[in-house]
Amino acid sequence: MIEIKIWGRGGQGAVTTGQIIAIAALHDRKNCQTFPNFGVERRGAPVEAFVRIDKEPIRLRSQIYAPDIVIVLDPTLINAVDVTKGLKDGGTIIINTSKKPKDLNLDKKFKVYTVDATAVAMEIFKRPIVNTPLLGALSAITKAVSLKSMQLTRAR
Amino acid sequence: MAKQVIEASQAVAEAVKLCSPSVIATYPITPQTHIVEHIADFVSNGDFDAEIIDTESEHSSMSACIGAQGTGVRTFTATASQGLALMHEMLFVASGMRLPIVMAVANRALSAPINIWNDHQDSISERDSGWIQLYVESSQEAFDTIIQAYKIAENKNVLLPVMVCLDGFTLSHVWEPVEIAKQSKVNSFLPKYNPIHAFLDPKKPITQGPVSYPDTYMHFKKMQHDAMKESIDIIKKVNSEFRGKFKRGYGDGLIELYRMNDADYALIGMGTLCSTARVVIDNLRKEGIKAGMIKVKTYRPFPSEAISKAAKGLKGIAVIDRDISTGYEGALYSDTRSALCDGKSEVGTISGFITGLGGRDITPQHIEKALKDMIFGKGTKEDWLF
Repeated sequence: MIEIKIWGRGGQGAVTTGQIIAIAALHDRKNCQTFPNFGVERRGAPVEAFVRIDKEPIRLRSQIYAPDIVIVLDPTLINAVDVTKGLKDGGTIIINTSKKPKDLNLDKKFKVYTVDATAVAMEIFKRPIVNTPLLGALSAITKAVSLKSMQLTRAR
Repeated sequence: MAKQVIEASQAVAEAVKLCSPSVIATYPITPQTHIVEHIADFVSNGDFDAEIIDTESEHSSMSACIGAQGTGVRTFTATASQGLALMHEMLFVASGMRLPIVMAVANRALSAPINIWNDHQDSISERDSGWIQLYVESSQEAFDTIIQAYKIAENKNVLLPVMVCLDGFTLSHVWEPVEIAKQSKVNSFLPKYNPIHAFLDPKKPITQGPVSYPDTYMHFKKMQHDAMKESIDIIKKVNSEFRGKFKRGYGDGLIELYRMNDADYALIGMGTLCSTARVVIDNLRKEGIKAGMIKVKTYRPFPSEAISKAAKGLKGIAVIDRDISTGYEGALYSDTRSALCDGKSEVGTISGFITGLGGRDITPQHIEKALKDMIFGKGTKEDWLF
């Protein structure tokens, strides 16, 4: 089972990101489950969403405490919350930032990837829809879901 | 039909659409609101023909369902927490008038302190309202149970309202794959609602809900109680007919057993915690502990015979309650003990655990602790697992 945690800020699309990953996983003929950690919803507040992907039916319904993969939608979250909390040793973290991984001072036991998703989104969409570039990065880096299936979710 | 990744709330709405109630009363309350929002979308898109009544309170929503159902049509509403509490008075009217209303409850804690997250206190507090209560652990089960609920409720030997209880957020807001049944298949399973006891026809005037004096009231209550007991067989029949048609079923409709064939110990619980418990039980089996689970799907009527039979010969049982009868113990624990202490069952330890109140996440560790505390004799009547 692959467990993914998505960090974003309210209104940024963290919950939608989880939903797109889950739909893509089903296209890959895998089982999936996604849900947000509901708090006091307000624009700009840190938001967590979770995704589980497995070949077997998914029965676990607790929150995800030890993710394999973390996706961070907002660069400012790095200083606001402990984004690597619980991330497995050797786990992958993909962060939307213009910085290089080595400049983030994250623990060396993690595989750190950075994508300037805001710049990519502004260039292509002219709007900061940062989850789309990050979804592509997730497929390219982790193979958690195939790029083909990720593209199929657009048909919705 | 292929599976779709949708929110459990939408799965409930899809099932309601396929059952085509004529009147749906709506009043928003977290975490139920998505259910009626989806239904409102379906109706405004012309997917099915229904009258949506936006009421000014949940008390009015239930009143609207009662009034509409009394004219002889199928109805639906959904609520949670304070909304269900506000309906309290009308719940008894619905069941006493023998109106087979179906309602989804997205289980949520009751105030105070105010809390929007999941536990079972809201529906457990309506345990004695004369409604059949069915608890589900997955989106697919939520979908399937709504369809079954209408068939159970409308059975001429039952004619009682049904609550389909799904954990708020923990299930209602989860997106996972669900197989949506075809309309033709649902039509062949669920016949058109054709009431013989409660309808409006100027050519055949009847009185509904009249006063009942001391010489008759008790008889009405006994008939209601007998119908609830009769529903045990109907719930089983509907579940097995559903399994035949849709190739999915949930135990015998009353309880669902997991790895109970050779079990020494069992967990008893309701709702989504039963899903996580399956993982815990598999792990305990690897440690050599012969654990299993008796999932209670039907809470009212309480399936005491089925539980008694499943529990026969067990060395111990751990009951997890997501509710508390304040000052005493968990409701499911009380009911389980009452079912098993009938002088016939030989069951060892029965320990009770309270956890998951107000949205406290129930992790595999909570469930493992409950089982192990019971097994190693550390359990009591109401251990709180924080």
